[in-house]
Amino acid sequence: MNVLLDNLSLYGKGLLGTVELTVFASLLALVLGFLMAAFRVAPVGSLRAFGTAWVTVLRNTPLTLLFFAVVLGLPRFGFVLPFNLFAILALGCYTSAFICEAVRSGINTVPAGQGEAARSLGMTFPQTLGGIVLPQAFRSVIPPIGSTLIALAKNSAIAGAFSVTELLGVYKPLSEMGYGIIWTFVWIAVGYLIVTLTISALFHVLEKRFGVAR
Amino acid sequence: MTTALYDVPGPRTRQRHRLYGLVSTVLILALLGWILYLLFTTGQFTAEKWTPFTYKGIQELLLRGLGNTLKAFALAAVLSLALGGVLATGRLSEHRTVRWVSTVLVEFFRAMPVLVMIFFIYVALKAEPLVALVAGLTLYNGSVLAEVFRTGVHSVDRGQREAAYALGMRKTQVMTHVLVPQAVRAMLPAIISQLVVALKDTSLGYLITYEEFLHAGKLIASNLDYDLPFIPVVMIISPIYIGMCMLLSWLAHWVSRRQRRNPKVEAAEVAAPEPGTLLPGGHRRPG
Repeated sequence: MNVLLDNLSLYGKGLLGTVELTVFASLLALVLGFLMAAFRVAPVGSLRAFGTAWVTVLRNTPLTLLFFAVVLGLPRFGFVLPFNLFAILALGCYTSAFICEAVRSGINTVPAGQGEAARSLGMTFPQTLGGIVLPQAFRSVIPPIGSTLIALAKNSAIAGAFSVTELLGVYKPLSEMGYGIIWTFVWIAVGYLIVTLTISALFHVLEKRFGVAR
Repeated sequence: MTTALYDVPGPRTRQRHRLYGLVSTVLILALLGWILYLLFTTGQFTAEKWTPFTYKGIQELLLRGLGNTLKAFALAAVLSLALGGVLATGRLSEHRTVRWVSTVLVEFFRAMPVLVMIFFIYVALKAEPLVALVAGLTLYNGSVLAEVFRTGVHSVDRGQREAAYALGMRKTQVMTHVLVPQAVRAMLPAIISQLVVALKDTSLGYLITYEEFLHAGKLIASNLDYDLPFIPVVMIISPIYIGMCMLLSWLAHWVSRRQRRNPKVEAAEVAAPEPGTLLPGGHRRPG
């Protein structure tokens, strides 16, 4: 119990690091994920191929390998960035593949008749996409995007092993100070639960607000 | 391509699409060219960096790493399937305490980052790296698989269960003779997809100094005698890792496609497993 109260600032820093990683990587993953989903449904063949390659490769890459390649590899090309930027890059790119698939299957749940009806009313492509298809797709992708972002928060633990300040990394200085390791981990676990439960609750609200049973 | 978005293009649209295609192809090629340029200018293709891979010792080191990765994967896969079976049986039990205990276990292990569990077992329980890795992977994937098994059993048509009870079968018989054999077919793609996750996560062993594939790569990459061949190592290891996972993903895809054509499992389709949240009733897809 003492281990938390005595080291509140250390735990706080770790938790903040995890939250920071999660938030920025989520943003990157959402942007890239939607972009790749757009590529994958585009009428242009080369963009479709690029999107497919992106998703296939990243979905089948172990995240540790990606971290290894990005954090330790990019500096060899002359890109020297802080470790947490590298971590955000790796986490964001990895997660974007899963977001892309969620969005794409969301677009597929919109009945083709909706788009056809919009076009027969004379709507242009941006109007069809923005006014008819995407709003409906958005509703059905809230839950899968929520669980993808929860997975991202959990995956951010790997960053700790690549010299990024985050929650799991807190165990090392604490065990060197001689605190009971079991309690250290209990509080680390609680920290992760706080983060994932917050995301879960957030998406629960979004789902209640926008979700629709079709 | 989804039909919801486009009409069949006419001649002018087709021409415009060709133009877009040309522009994006050029951009993608430029990106690839830039990467190649970076690789060349930083001297990644010099003979010095690649000769180590012709040495027998280096090849053996990599093979041993790959063997260790596969060993951890095989152990984790078998044990997770077993644990998943036990936990699913627990969650489907008629005894409230058993059901309650297994629900808590499943939800907790699904909600924890795998790495935290692996580190806990490695650091706090002072286990060997292989034991810690396999135990962590088993706890996580086992509880995800338990959920898959449970939804699989639930997805079997109600009439099957009712008919079996009507024939006078007991619960165990209903399960083992009627529900599980049908459920397994429907679940197979979801199970294989979860095994892909387990295979990918064996690379976490690298972080607790388990001598797996990535660890072998790291040893070679940081060798000064060979001019630190980091990028060549990544270029050799990644395709093998990604290839193994793609092969397994492709197997899952193939099984599910074959089953879609099979009328016997038409009705039951089990959704892909999702990471847990610990929030009751949260994030279940409708239906």
